[in-house]
Amino acid sequence: MAQTEYFDAGHRTCQGCESAMVLRWVAKAAGPNTIVIGATGCMYVANTTYYTTAWALPWIHTQLSGTGSAVVGTAAALKALMEKGKLPSEKINVIGICGDLGCADAGLSEVSNALTHTKYNFLILMYDNESSANTDIQETTMTPFGALTTFSPSGKQIRIMKYRWKKNMAAMMAVGHPEIKYVATAMAADPIDLYNKVRKALEIGGPTFIHTLDPCPKGWGYDPKYSHEIGKLAVETGLWPLFEIENGKFRLTGTSARIASGEIKRKPVKEYISRQTRFKHLTDEDIEYIQRKVDEMWEKWLIPGLLPLTKELPYPETAKT
Amino acid sequence: MVLKGDEDVEVVGTGTDAVAYALMLADVDVTSAYPIRPYGGVMQTVARLIADGYMKAEYIVAAHEHDQFEIVKHASAVGARTFVGSSGVGWLLAIEAIVATSTDRYPVVALIGNRALDDPGAYGVEHNDALMVRDVGWLLTWVDAAQEALDTTLIAYRVAEDPRIMLPVGISMDGAFLTHSEHAFKIPPKSKVQKFLPPYDLGNRKLHPSNVISVAPQVNEDWVTELRKQMDEAMKNARKVIEEAYRDFAKIFGRDYGNPFVEPYMVEDADVVMIGMGTVSKPIKEAVRRLRARGEKVGFLRIRWFRPFPTEDIIRYLSGVKVAAVVDRDYSFGSPFDGGAVFTEIRSALYEAEHRPLMMNFIGGLGGREITYNDAINMFNMALDAARKGKVEQRVIWYGVRE
Repeated sequence: MAQTEYFDAGHRTCQGCESAMVLRWVAKAAGPNTIVIGATGCMYVANTTYYTTAWALPWIHTQLSGTGSAVVGTAAALKALMEKGKLPSEKINVIGICGDLGCADAGLSEVSNALTHTKYNFLILMYDNESSANTDIQETTMTPFGALTTFSPSGKQIRIMKYRWKKNMAAMMAVGHPEIKYVATAMAADPIDLYNKVRKALEIGGPTFIHTLDPCPKGWGYDPKYSHEIGKLAVETGLWPLFEIENGKFRLTGTSARIASGEIKRKPVKEYISRQTRFKHLTDEDIEYIQRKVDEMWEKWLIPGLLPLTKELPYPETAKT
Repeated sequence: MVLKGDEDVEVVGTGTDAVAYALMLADVDVTSAYPIRPYGGVMQTVARLIADGYMKAEYIVAAHEHDQFEIVKHASAVGARTFVGSSGVGWLLAIEAIVATSTDRYPVVALIGNRALDDPGAYGVEHNDALMVRDVGWLLTWVDAAQEALDTTLIAYRVAEDPRIMLPVGISMDGAFLTHSEHAFKIPPKSKVQKFLPPYDLGNRKLHPSNVISVAPQVNEDWVTELRKQMDEAMKNARKVIEEAYRDFAKIFGRDYGNPFVEPYMVEDADVVMIGMGTVSKPIKEAVRRLRARGEKVGFLRIRWFRPFPTEDIIRYLSGVKVAAVVDRDYSFGSPFDGGAVFTEIRSALYEAEHRPLMMNFIGGLGGREITYNDAINMFNMALDAARKGKVEQRVIWYGVRE
């Protein structure tokens, strides 16, 4: 593993920022022959303020929703220039980095379009801190059920404003783009797993996608020193399955694989939820609801975190009459 | 299609075909396509040129216009010559990427197949779509013939990629009247194009692992003023660079457009001059010819480059006339004197003139309604009447509007 850092000192992320840790490991895994494209989001605002960039790789900004387009444009240009002899032929990694708002909401169609362009090589990395964290912690489609954000407070009339269940982004990318060769979930708390996944994504060719869950002390409400612990709890409680799909082959990795094999038991989701102030207004019934949803994912889905199709399809109530 | 040798090849095609041939000659590396009329024709022809092996470029079908414009912005950042475009509301869907392309200083060339904005279901030509980017640092030019479209596309790359400029260029073309009508035009040989258009070179701004730079880091309030000022310098430089480009173009290709910024037509001794952009030139020029035959001292001034604005030419050609009548295929709601955008700009330019003409404004041809030779004659008659009376009774006339 390389000693050199390509995402180095000079950034201004919050203490305990797991997204910054993700970038550090992604850059390390990618190495120097890389072009990085960063969409608007925390990791733009905090890392690339003029004079203080943390990137020791060529880096360019793209618009909030532009990641998919930017990686396609970059990869296509490199291909054209090399084929025409305008640039020397060599392997250059193209990595587009977007937050959950830019990737899963605003930029979804551009990311989806990009993942169908199989003749270009690039990785789209979605760092997911479950909110629009650099604009004051607002709700996105990736914000979990019940979580407090500035767009989803708990009020006197309505206790849970974020009533929508978190979107299953990596699964959607994997299932919706049948020719994509590599999709994975990861997190900074398991850096070796993350490092290996980035290496695989960049080596396999074509469009690839990695989704990381990044605990955010500011947005989630916990002491920054517990970032890794919170991340690990997301996996141990089964809320965040770690997996990879390589050439169409699904595999749970790390702790998630050990849960699936029965080697370890899933912890109750309450252990994860009770550690964060964004869930402080939830009642036991709410937590029980979340637990049931997670149980269902592990016990009934064809593949946890990926295919929400139950093994036994229930006969619809309406069809009985 | 025969494209060998060093001779011009004469073909018949649409205005968008002409642009497509220019892209082939300019050896564009990356294009992105998304369907919308009347722009779409150019990408259909480019696709065919690529499929038939006449052109080698990465041809990317995008998810929508924002996608399209982001793709080429980033292709341009790593050193690829790029082409993109759209029409009407499609062009505006891309506005965020359009703005970032000029502020990040990438010399993208785009075709705007002019189209009305939009509801209820207006698909014909209006110029408001292109004019919406008047103030964001794009060079804007209007063409009125297929040959000019081809030539201007080559000139656009030369100007945009000049190290003194590094700003994108939008080439506007009237929807249907030019995009879809067929004309005879000449395709010049590649050998001449290579003499005219040097390879695209980003220099030390090229994004590549051998050149570790950060492009467009957040500057906030610290540096925005300075960056805008640099864009302003580039836009001002463009007047000189455009002149050089047309001069070299005439030398190499043998087609001399005279004044690059405006096309004066029988304006020298004119009392009344009509001003317009795009294909409205055709009926107006015909009207000028017929009125001249009757002894009326009329002329026409076609604005070719709208950004940078040809202020000096406007003063030179219009300050001596009795009436300057602007035909706007656009409208600027609530503008000073409630007129069109071109009228407002020309009025502003003439403020510095020693002799200011009377000014009239015809709002016409909106949504693709035709402006005929008879319409041009009617407009001239109204302007001549004002010239005789020495006063304008109605400053802004919505021409041909049904009450």
